[in-house]
Amino acid sequence: MNGVIEVQNLSKSYGAAVAVDGLSFSVLPGRVTGFLGPNGAGKSTTMRMILGLDGPSGGRALVGGLPYRELEKPLRQVGAVLSAGEVHRGRRARDHLRWLARSNGIAPRRVAEVLELTGLAAVAGKRAGTFSLGMAQRLGIAAALLGDPHVLMLDEPGNGLDPEGLLWLRTLLKKLAAEGRTVLVSSHLLSEMTLTADHLVIIGRGRLLADTSVHAFVEEHATAGQPASLEAAFLRLTGGEGL
Amino acid sequence: MTGMALAAEWIKMRTMRGAVWALVATAVLAVGFSALIGASMRGSYDDMSRERQEDFDALAMSSFGIVMAQLAVVVFAILVIGSEYSSGTIRASLLAIPRRGHFFTAKILAAVLPVAALGIVVVPVSFVVAQAALGPYGVSFGAEGVPRLLVGGWLYMTLMALFALGLTTVLRSPARALGLMLPLFFLGSQGLGNVPVVGAVAQYLPDQAGAVILHMAGPPEDMKFDRDFGPWAGVGILGLWAAVALAAGYRVLGRRDA
Repeated sequence: MNGVIEVQNLSKSYGAAVAVDGLSFSVLPGRVTGFLGPNGAGKSTTMRMILGLDGPSGGRALVGGLPYRELEKPLRQVGAVLSAGEVHRGRRARDHLRWLARSNGIAPRRVAEVLELTGLAAVAGKRAGTFSLGMAQRLGIAAALLGDPHVLMLDEPGNGLDPEGLLWLRTLLKKLAAEGRTVLVSSHLLSEMTLTADHLVIIGRGRLLADTSVHAFVEEHATAGQPASLEAAFLRLTGGEGL
Repeated sequence: MTGMALAAEWIKMRTMRGAVWALVATAVLAVGFSALIGASMRGSYDDMSRERQEDFDALAMSSFGIVMAQLAVVVFAILVIGSEYSSGTIRASLLAIPRRGHFFTAKILAAVLPVAALGIVVVPVSFVVAQAALGPYGVSFGAEGVPRLLVGGWLYMTLMALFALGLTTVLRSPARALGLMLPLFFLGSQGLGNVPVVGAVAQYLPDQAGAVILHMAGPPEDMKFDRDFGPWAGVGILGLWAAVALAAGYRVLGRRDA
């Protein structure tokens, strides 16, 4: 698997409302790609379509050259973090990871490994319903890493993490990218993104606004007389909508 | 792939307390009510009119327990698939098993295999318990119609689980599924099917159609065949309901966004 995510002319409408509108971009391995846009820009919808959860109204999305739904043992190729806490409340964290591992023929020892890696080893026997948002987020990341996947997609993974957790996450994402994996991470935390991402895909109202390196983006959009910052550039590009 | 999906669904089912308790409740209700009804009928047999004594159907006495237990079976099936929607785990499940057919097949098997296995034990045990509680008025395994009653009871439980699973997948919510099915099946077993006019239509409802083979269709004086169809046709109608519900569930699962 080459690990490239390809979004080709992807569209999604709900009745008359258009959430994603002819979106095309590629996400390459070996770097952290930040997926940015104001609230309601279509980031989550795009990610769900790439992951085969939502059906597109038009266009297609490929992961390693195939639609997600056609991947064999997808958890070994793609790890995804969507909304935190989408785990049965009565199920223990370890059991949640156990069934996921079993579903894709992943060795059971990986469960203990990812629990250790995400700092959840001590609470592995607790029911997911007792978890804080930060712990739920870590459990989601543990599930994504379970299959040692080449591609990682994370939708707002920093939500609910404390400063220490954010630092841990940033270090982890950079390490995964440095290992040659594809890392796509959506966020509205711009300052966090400046520190984490190498490349940016920015969308607004379901359309592509920019597909560029962080450095080039900030240079290009810097206002004369003001310090160049990702935040200033982002606000200029999106017109400050939804922030 | 379906094998791994089934193994995963099996872990999910065993690690959900509500589902495990629903299976325990199935056994307790079936056996408990069989003992209760059997003992109660034994006590009141002598006070019955001669006519009712002649009509007395010992075989039906264990079916009260099965009809009560079906509510727990339905709750079990609703929880197995419905909890995916209420907890949001459906997305993790479809990320792991993106082919909807594989996921749904695994889900069906994880729901129906425990019910079918439990039924093989619970249905005959309920029969023995009910007949033992009836004492001198009870019958043995060798009595006429017993094999059909036992096979019918097992099919009834199994098919009700499949129907509930399919309908819950259509409704995509355990709350909606419980709200629809529990009153329907509770009213049904309380006698909706025995009300004239309503009964003409209601007899084709899943639980009512399946009730004939349980000797539970009709007023207490004639519980056997107060229907426009026979016991096996009734099981067929229930099977048809289950098949339609599963087909509709598969269609919804395949078409709707998760």
